[in-house]
Amino acid sequence: MTIQDNRGPLTRLLMSDSGGRKLILLMLVLAVIIPFCNLVFAEGSFFHISTYTMTLLGKYLCYALLAIAVDLIWGYCGILSLGHGAFFALGGYAMGMYLMRQIGDRGVYGNAELPDFMVFLNWQELPWYWYGFDSFAFAMLMVLLAPGILAFVFGFLAFRSRVTGVYLSIITQAMTYALLLAFFRNDMGFGGNNGLTDFKDILGFSLQSDSTRAVLFIASVLALIGGYLISRFIVTSKLGRVLVAIRDAESRARFLGYRVEYYKLFVFVVSSMLAGVAGALYVPQVGIINPGEFAPINSIEIIIWVAVGGRNTLYGAVIGAVLVNYAKTVFTGAFAELWLFLLGGLFVLTTLWLPKGMVGLWDLIREKYRHRQNTAAPLAQGDQT
Amino acid sequence: MKKTGFKSLSKASKVLATAALAAGISLAHAADTIKVGVLHSLSGTMAISETTLKDTVLMMVDQQNKKGGLLGKKLEPVVVDPASNWPLFAEKARELLEKDKVDVIFGCWTSVSRKSVLPVIEELNGLMFYPVQYEGEESSYNVFYTGAAPNQQAIPAVDYLMKDVGVKRWVLAGTDYVYPRTTNKILESYLKSKGVAGKDIMINYTPFGHSDWQTIVSDIKKFGSTGVKTAVVSTINGDANVPFYKELANQGVSAEDIPVVAFSVGEEELSGFDTAPLVGHLAAWNYFMSADSKENDDFIKQWHAFIKDDKRVTNDPMEATYIGFNMWAKAVEKAGTTDVDKVEAAMIGIETPNLTGGMATMNKNHHLSKPVLIGEIQDDGQFDIVWETDGLVAGDAWTDYLPESKNLISDWTAPVKCGNYNTVTKTCGGAAK
Amino acid sequence: MMILCRQIVAALLLMMCALSQAQEGSLETLATQLIDASYREKAVLAEQIAALDDERSLPLLSALLNSALYYKKDDQRILIVAEDDSITDALSNEAVENLGRRDKKKIGVNNSLRRTLRNLISQAQINSRNPDIRLQAATNLLKSSADVEPEIIHQALAKEQNDAVREVLSLVQGLILLASDQAAERRQGLAALDGSLYPQVRASLNQFIQGFSEEEKISRRDELKMAEKSLADIETLVSMNGYIENLYFGLALGAVLLLAAIGLAITFGVMGVINMAHGEMIMLGAYTTYVVQQLLPQHIGLSLVVSVPAAFLVSGVVGVAIERGVIRHLYGRPLETLLATFGISLVLQQAVRSIFSPLNREVATPEWMAGTFMVNPALELTWNRLYIIIFSLLVLALLALVLKRTLFGLQMRAVTMNRPMASSMGIRTGWVDALTFGLGSGIAGIAGVALSQLTNVGPNLGQAYIIDSFMVVVFGGVGNLWGTLVAAMSLGVANKIFEPLAGAVLAKILVLVFIILFIQKRPRGLFALKGRAVDNA
Repeated sequence: MTIQDNRGPLTRLLMSDSGGRKLILLMLVLAVIIPFCNLVFAEGSFFHISTYTMTLLGKYLCYALLAIAVDLIWGYCGILSLGHGAFFALGGYAMGMYLMRQIGDRGVYGNAELPDFMVFLNWQELPWYWYGFDSFAFAMLMVLLAPGILAFVFGFLAFRSRVTGVYLSIITQAMTYALLLAFFRNDMGFGGNNGLTDFKDILGFSLQSDSTRAVLFIASVLALIGGYLISRFIVTSKLGRVLVAIRDAESRARFLGYRVEYYKLFVFVVSSMLAGVAGALYVPQVGIINPGEFAPINSIEIIIWVAVGGRNTLYGAVIGAVLVNYAKTVFTGAFAELWLFLLGGLFVLTTLWLPKGMVGLWDLIREKYRHRQNTAAPLAQGDQT
Repeated sequence: MKKTGFKSLSKASKVLATAALAAGISLAHAADTIKVGVLHSLSGTMAISETTLKDTVLMMVDQQNKKGGLLGKKLEPVVVDPASNWPLFAEKARELLEKDKVDVIFGCWTSVSRKSVLPVIEELNGLMFYPVQYEGEESSYNVFYTGAAPNQQAIPAVDYLMKDVGVKRWVLAGTDYVYPRTTNKILESYLKSKGVAGKDIMINYTPFGHSDWQTIVSDIKKFGSTGVKTAVVSTINGDANVPFYKELANQGVSAEDIPVVAFSVGEEELSGFDTAPLVGHLAAWNYFMSADSKENDDFIKQWHAFIKDDKRVTNDPMEATYIGFNMWAKAVEKAGTTDVDKVEAAMIGIETPNLTGGMATMNKNHHLSKPVLIGEIQDDGQFDIVWETDGLVAGDAWTDYLPESKNLISDWTAPVKCGNYNTVTKTCGGAAK
Repeated sequence: MMILCRQIVAALLLMMCALSQAQEGSLETLATQLIDASYREKAVLAEQIAALDDERSLPLLSALLNSALYYKKDDQRILIVAEDDSITDALSNEAVENLGRRDKKKIGVNNSLRRTLRNLISQAQINSRNPDIRLQAATNLLKSSADVEPEIIHQALAKEQNDAVREVLSLVQGLILLASDQAAERRQGLAALDGSLYPQVRASLNQFIQGFSEEEKISRRDELKMAEKSLADIETLVSMNGYIENLYFGLALGAVLLLAAIGLAITFGVMGVINMAHGEMIMLGAYTTYVVQQLLPQHIGLSLVVSVPAAFLVSGVVGVAIERGVIRHLYGRPLETLLATFGISLVLQQAVRSIFSPLNREVATPEWMAGTFMVNPALELTWNRLYIIIFSLLVLALLALVLKRTLFGLQMRAVTMNRPMASSMGIRTGWVDALTFGLGSGIAGIAGVALSQLTNVGPNLGQAYIIDSFMVVVFGGVGNLWGTLVAAMSLGVANKIFEPLAGAVLAKILVLVFIILFIQKRPRGLFALKGRAVDNA
């Protein structure tokens, strides 16, 4: 793959990435059609898309962004984080805190200063870490910084002391577990088990109106595209090559003079911030953030999305996230009993027979098809990383 | 080869045809059934409690259909599984209301699931019955609370211990979430108003699913060995109870020395272990399976027939579901429609029998008037009712023992029509309709 | 307390008058009155029954205490239902047969009535021939010394030969004397109570000291001083015992962690397989215990013993199946194993949920595991924890023996050290892998048997222990059994040291944070393997 610099940066990013091109195109189409069908066509019309479907899709897209964040570090740098749900949740909490502050005196106790859960637990004043969350800009900054700083500190310690492989996975799991326990505590001032809920509006727009939902949906699409491009930019840059080198042979990369820990740290922090953004978009669409998001099982599920979709492709992560979650929606509705059997079976099957996930399967099918077509010239597989 | 191919083809077409037929039937049904949504977790950590309630609702629907349905239509249950995942509760509630267009929802167990569902139900003007005892501090136009508010469980239980048992020292032990926190705040304030000193109250919180109770039980033992009668008020939740009671039994804390009164332990929780060492510990509910009434005998008989298991127990949230369902059915018949606003208006003042031999009444604040019972655990896993309130206790949405909610009342009838009306400032807070 | 007692006594006296006016009681009439009496009236009746010189009284009261006293609905006969469900008439001692479930009704008791009954029965039993019963009775009387007839204790003490019983009886007497209005008797009581660790003694001394008014503090200074000194001595001893108790709690928690983690120390530590289904292996063991107990309902103790090999087999076989079916294909890809085994764990959980229902299953505890072992009255160690500590060490020792002393152990170590070399020496590495994994899983199953005695047996059982198990193994150093032991015990004790200071939740968080930081410092755990094996993880 050669890089031709006379083209624009976007072209350069997507030039050899047919999957990514299709994904972005599809996303853009969705961003237009879905809100349009939701807002313009009345209920009952054939073209109407219900708010339920739209928020559901919006949720899937947030998960997809989260999956991209995980694929970025797992697929390209070999860091299997079992704690990425924590960054997602932190981003979500930052957004949730802003939304709580927006409620103002419309809470059930009419207390302008304190959220309801603080009022009935007799808190006298707002804890210091809630300061600033009245401001949307500050909250958005925290959406990036809260996961970013945690990832920085955690990564700095872990990568510097060369904690790798399964050890890293296990301590990331310990991290999210510790945060889960901490956020469950009511004394922490984040609403304990109930978390943050009953949001009213965002930037002055009611969260219950369809148009706000449509805007949130479009924002999710744009964030997903943005996240995809950022990740794509990183993995196609020189830095990305080093990351892959680290993934494949960390010691050699180190012997070649690369400061492995800084590369890892960088990509880990970027990934955590992407997860944070996903969380921030998720919260207003589902209407609640609570410590359950920190549960270790959630973080493991993210890995599954990526594995099912196909790691190391970025767009595969998106496919996996949407597919698995769609299946979850269908099955928890229709065959609740079967859901865990199916999910569990999916994990086993993917790891055993589909190490490259859906994307790999698709490539395989395409290849077979081409063989049958007898296109004699074997195709160059140059665009596969 | 060909044959099998043909066979499978014909099989597939058969399946397709059946599916189409089924779809057709369900379409035809859609017009002349009343849909009852069931929003209880069937998997995940809460499945253990909530599956029973799903079955209870299905049984009630089944019986109503045998009686000819409602308004000449059959009832059709729509069951979804929110999988003990709180955001999923909101999503499934939206699915029930927007996609399935159910007329009523019976659902939720934990407070957080209710809080998660609440904005959706209010936005889409749905109707939900919530059957579990909870911390109060809420009253929504769209929700009817058929479980106990704190004044229907916690306060009478403490009164009983104070007056009849002579308890002077209190341990308030709970799982760290909103129901125990609020209940303990209320109890602390109530006890202090009765002259209990701060040093005679010990408050302790543990995480969900806490399994190592050695230290806490030993602390309770020490706290209770000052020669003053001590009792434990337990708001410990679900799974953590088994190891807690096992540790109590093993460390020899007997009910005669330090009785434990629990608000979240019923027949179903006890069915998970041997209760012989726990005889005499207490629970406060609005219903016990051992209640002596004809309605209860019938209910238990029906339940056993429905679930096809003679050993299954009944419990308080099941009674709350039973009352809620019967009230809804009566209100729908009274209103002549399933329209939410009309049913809501019809609900208030409705009376149906409860299972302990009296009548339950729905009040203006969407809470019930019910009797409060105290039971002592027996060695067969049942409760022996040792005390009950003289009359019915009306559920209070906003407790009088917290400064912030003292002045709030809920009244969904005209002219107030408000879930959190401040009687001092004469204004309605956020929860108006 | 005192005021309350007096009120109750007054109420009782009043009622007693009322009842005795009605008729002079024989056992027959008194027992029949129990049927309709309120709890307070029952207490009065019980006292009258105890006062009768009738040998049927004691069994009747005992039955009442144990909720085994019923009456027949039609003719109001008083019945005693024995543990084997045989029914006898309480008054005539005749066997009663062919009674339907709804023909009889229990005569209810509540807590205060149980207290009264226990007191009455103990007063009677203090003269029993069996010294164990006498000791039990005397200990019961300690709790309710205010309601004991002083003369009974005096007589019992005079003829008592057994030292242990004498000691407790003299404490009961001391407590009675302490409440006396004679200064000399009170001093005598104080002397008798000095140095005793029974909580009732401490409680009474506390009450005694608090009962002094300002003037009495001066007029009865010597008594106050004496009491305060005794109490201070007792408190010192009690708090020292408290430390020992806390250490014991820590070790007991450590033993649970150890049991949960040993299996993982094999599958993860020795083989390098991240087995996320480890928790479910524990769960299977617990369910096996349940099933075995269902099969042997009359022999709870035996069933528990049988469960140990049964659980080992069940979990072990499932483990071998998992290894042969899935993990075998994933060696060298540890992260993929993690995912696949996680999938398996979900399937197993749901399978159990479908088969056994999502409800918790009841696993009974045998008699010999219930209750406490009394070191001294301020330090009682729970039997079940003691057994589990011993059991966990036993399992560890056995495992170490298998690894170090058997051919299989040798092959296993050879395979993990150098697979190609082992293979070329003729070891069937595939089978060794499968059996090793089976061994680890089987031990997890054994852990399940132990855990079934402590906690819920439900589909989520395994989930609760999986993270802790990993922490223990990683902290202790992978591939090192002693590391696992040290890690489990030190984490258990650390947890219990933090818990009184910071609360249960914070203690757990602190321990987790500590492990995370510790791994930074020593990425390979406490006892790291050295050499080439290190690079392969």
